[in-house]
Amino acid sequence: MTDLVLPEGVREALADVEPVRGIRTPARLDYTFTAGTATSRFLRGIRNKQILGQRCPVCHKVYVPPRGSCPTDGVPTTEQVELPHTGVVTTFCVVNVQFYGQVMEVPYVCATVLLDGADLGLFGLVQEIPFDKVRMGLRVEAVWVDDDELTTDLASIRYWRPTGEPDAAYETYREHV
Amino acid sequence: MFQFWSGDEGSDGVAEGEVLSAPLVLEYPFRRTVGRVQSAFLTGLREGLVLGIRARDGRVVCPPVEYDPVTGDELDEIVRVAEEGTVTTWSWEPESRPNQPLGHAFAWALVRLDGADTAMLHAVDAGAVTAMTTGMRVRIRWRDRADRQGDMNDIACFEPAGDASDEADAGDRTGAGDAAGAGDDR
Repeated sequence: MTDLVLPEGVREALADVEPVRGIRTPARLDYTFTAGTATSRFLRGIRNKQILGQRCPVCHKVYVPPRGSCPTDGVPTTEQVELPHTGVVTTFCVVNVQFYGQVMEVPYVCATVLLDGADLGLFGLVQEIPFDKVRMGLRVEAVWVDDDELTTDLASIRYWRPTGEPDAAYETYREHV
Repeated sequence: MFQFWSGDEGSDGVAEGEVLSAPLVLEYPFRRTVGRVQSAFLTGLREGLVLGIRARDGRVVCPPVEYDPVTGDELDEIVRVAEEGTVTTWSWEPESRPNQPLGHAFAWALVRLDGADTAMLHAVDAGAVTAMTTGMRVRIRWRDRADRQGDMNDIACFEPAGDASDEADAGDRTGAGDAAGAGDDR
């Protein structure tokens, strides 16, 4: 790499100043997200501390959050299913890296929780357990915000915590990993 | 947080036919290093100088590039260009949006600064669309010195230069040569 050749005047002007080394180039997209009827029903359930899914009439899989149709069979999912607040960690991630906008203190654990009776995992935090003890098959239950803070937002489930039950066998959730 | 489009929710909280809607912002707060050529350009802006770079064929590229656009050779000859130039093309923005350079209607324009052979994209604070013409003369309105941060916003915008009508008629005149060492040898 060769040095830049600066013309007279410019050379002097830039000689004793701190050079610019980096720039911020934020990319921001502002959306209005519309949940659709099935997911709206789910979110209203969340505000009532209910977890509502939908079952496919063809393959009988239970989707939560429901999107109103089965992506495999292409049919509407009309049967409503209320799910328990317990499930199993199918996969997880220990977050060790600080990043802009982060609200959690590292390290912390994000996980996919497969509710008992569901065929789709919910994404959430796992707490009340050391981060290095979280594992696949861990049985967990939902910890909700206080009743007066419940809203139509999945953040109404603050996090998931261990139930103390024995781990689920891999065979019981292997199709959902 | 989700909010309702309209109407009342059902007493069971599962009203049919009403969908929830909420703002969703996706933002990546990128920061990147700029390399030696853009470092010189951006440092120059912060110090109130506009710099281009001379390509192998003698043309001055502004904002400067690291490599020759034709041959791919590494470039190193920085050239100072003027604070005035010519609008080569433009588009009117009737309503300002968040994070745009100006808080009112303005033009996005390609401006070829005197002494440069390429144009840079920036805002022109023309006041009204009727004031915009291709070939019009504009000059830099600098951001206040204390607010400059070494990025493109150190040029607050361009504004019409006083000699607009005269120069618009001479639209093919380029490289007026009033910048130190620029545009005088082709």
